[in-house]
Amino acid sequence: MSNLQQAEIPAVELRSLDTLWFQVSGTLCNLACSHCLVSASPTNRTHEHLSLSKVEGYLDEAVRLGVREFYFTGGEPFLNPEMEAILERTLELGPATVLTNGLLLNTERCARLKQMSDRSDYSLDLRVSIDGYDSASNDPIRGEGSFVRILKGIGNLAAAGLNPVITVTEVCSEVASAKGRERFFEVLREHGLEKPRLKILPVFKIGAESERGGDYADWQRLKPEDALDGRWDHLQCSSSRMVTASGVWVCPILINVPGGRMGERIADTLGDYPLAHQACWTCHVEGATCRT
Amino acid sequence: MSKFPDHKGKATLDGKLVPLEEFRAECKRHGRSLEDGERAAEAQRLVSVGGDGVEVEGPFERVLVFGGVYSNHYGLSAVLEAAERHRADAIYCLGDLGGFGPKPEKVWPLLTAAGVRCIQGNYEQSLATGHEDCNCGYTDPRDNHFAELSYNYTARNCSDEFKAWMGGLPERRRVRVGDRELLLVHGSPRQVNEFLFHTTTPVPFLEVLLEQERCDAMLCTHTGLHWHRRLPSGRDAINVGVIGRPANDGTTDVRYALLEAGGNGGLRVELPALRYDHEALAAEMRAESLPEEFVETILTGWWTTCLEILPAKERATSKF
Repeated sequence: MSNLQQAEIPAVELRSLDTLWFQVSGTLCNLACSHCLVSASPTNRTHEHLSLSKVEGYLDEAVRLGVREFYFTGGEPFLNPEMEAILERTLELGPATVLTNGLLLNTERCARLKQMSDRSDYSLDLRVSIDGYDSASNDPIRGEGSFVRILKGIGNLAAAGLNPVITVTEVCSEVASAKGRERFFEVLREHGLEKPRLKILPVFKIGAESERGGDYADWQRLKPEDALDGRWDHLQCSSSRMVTASGVWVCPILINVPGGRMGERIADTLGDYPLAHQACWTCHVEGATCRT
Repeated sequence: MSKFPDHKGKATLDGKLVPLEEFRAECKRHGRSLEDGERAAEAQRLVSVGGDGVEVEGPFERVLVFGGVYSNHYGLSAVLEAAERHRADAIYCLGDLGGFGPKPEKVWPLLTAAGVRCIQGNYEQSLATGHEDCNCGYTDPRDNHFAELSYNYTARNCSDEFKAWMGGLPERRRVRVGDRELLLVHGSPRQVNEFLFHTTTPVPFLEVLLEQERCDAMLCTHTGLHWHRRLPSGRDAINVGVIGRPANDGTTDVRYALLEAGGNGGLRVELPALRYDHEALAAEMRAESLPEEFVETILTGWWTTCLEILPAKERATSKF
């Protein structure tokens, strides 16, 4: 890359650490979805599980920085044997959201999660991903038989008194229409969610998704003049960081890009970050955030 | 569709499968590893904020603070009567005068006659600048639909003089009650439309925020739901709720805050429930052809809109 091109890369300032993410089960998952932006699968050990003691170190650091909320993702977070202990500790400090595929949400676990939520002053949100309102639309993306198992998990949460947020990516084109959304709500109501909550996520052309949906075009990258009123405050990297077993990264999306790593501890990562990756373009254009 | 790659012992680097060790070594080359002293300095830099230079009003013994009038002039009259009953030394309003209710201009003479000291909410900012929407900060299409209905109605029914007055209101105020310095804002000290709900506004966040703002108490509104947290440092964080519509609890009452100088330099905080003529309000809303969904909220105490923004716990106790 020439010096001229490098000078054109804008940088985002961290204005506060509002959201701390944990790649708690690394890239290990019991599914291998074709659009996964971190290519998580049963064999992917690019990032390993985070231990409770490691998480606690980062929690202590984040508390001193005035953190507002915590998010847990993977892979599938509940593959981590310490996940419930990690969640319990976190809920003493602030609100937490777990992004799960719903497959490991049996009756007993859902009951424990409900107790954990009731004991905390703060909100616990479970976010379950699904990619269609039937097996025919969901299973080609998330895996054979997954639709039925996901809805079982959602039903178990509902029966325990927890109301998950259901996330659907735009791979499922039906969600764009009001009619499509209503059909989703109907399916969820049938499975016990009286007040269904839905979040639509854009797809990023990285990880497994670049294999499925194709790469970025060369022009799809950010320039300094793209900033809104000269600022990048609308990007989640202006207010969050991602912890993995191998350090602290700029965001949940770039953990498989070595340049996404910003340091060892959170305090190493409080400086500006260059918006050089083409996935940064998606966040900007779509107004995307991994938060709920 | 290509076959999903098997990552056993491998990682993807620049689109190619490489041994895990190679990927991890490459990652180690990126990012910083600072000395302890540098880390402390970085952390300090992130959380430090200068003073805002806002003049401190008072000192007072007792103040009444409310927010979110939402054109509910019946609720406003009731809270002004309450201020007299409590013998409040000063009355403050944290903004969002319009939206939701009928005939927005009616609240203006009530506020000025009672000498209410107001700050701007997102509604006042939007109306005064001719912004195309209320900038409430909703993310759900249905919530935005209803927000648009009420904003357009309010914008149509406010005079230019009223809008200009809104534009002249300050964004924040500082007030001394006894020995305590209170910071008054609309959403949060950082952002006019930030939602500070009870179950998503944790102690560590508030301690840093109030330290940054060098205040003993922070008062806000915007969410429509009242709460009070006494922090381990002895500071207070208070969402005063709103007087424009009920608190999504199945009662038709609305909420405000009463703050009094306590013994030993402390602050006494109350968030009383307030009755008002909600049936008269509902009738006037219907006469103005405002959405029946809004009228239902006034008559039942349950929200029918703005639900998607609620955190899990607040949504769990909600009827809809």
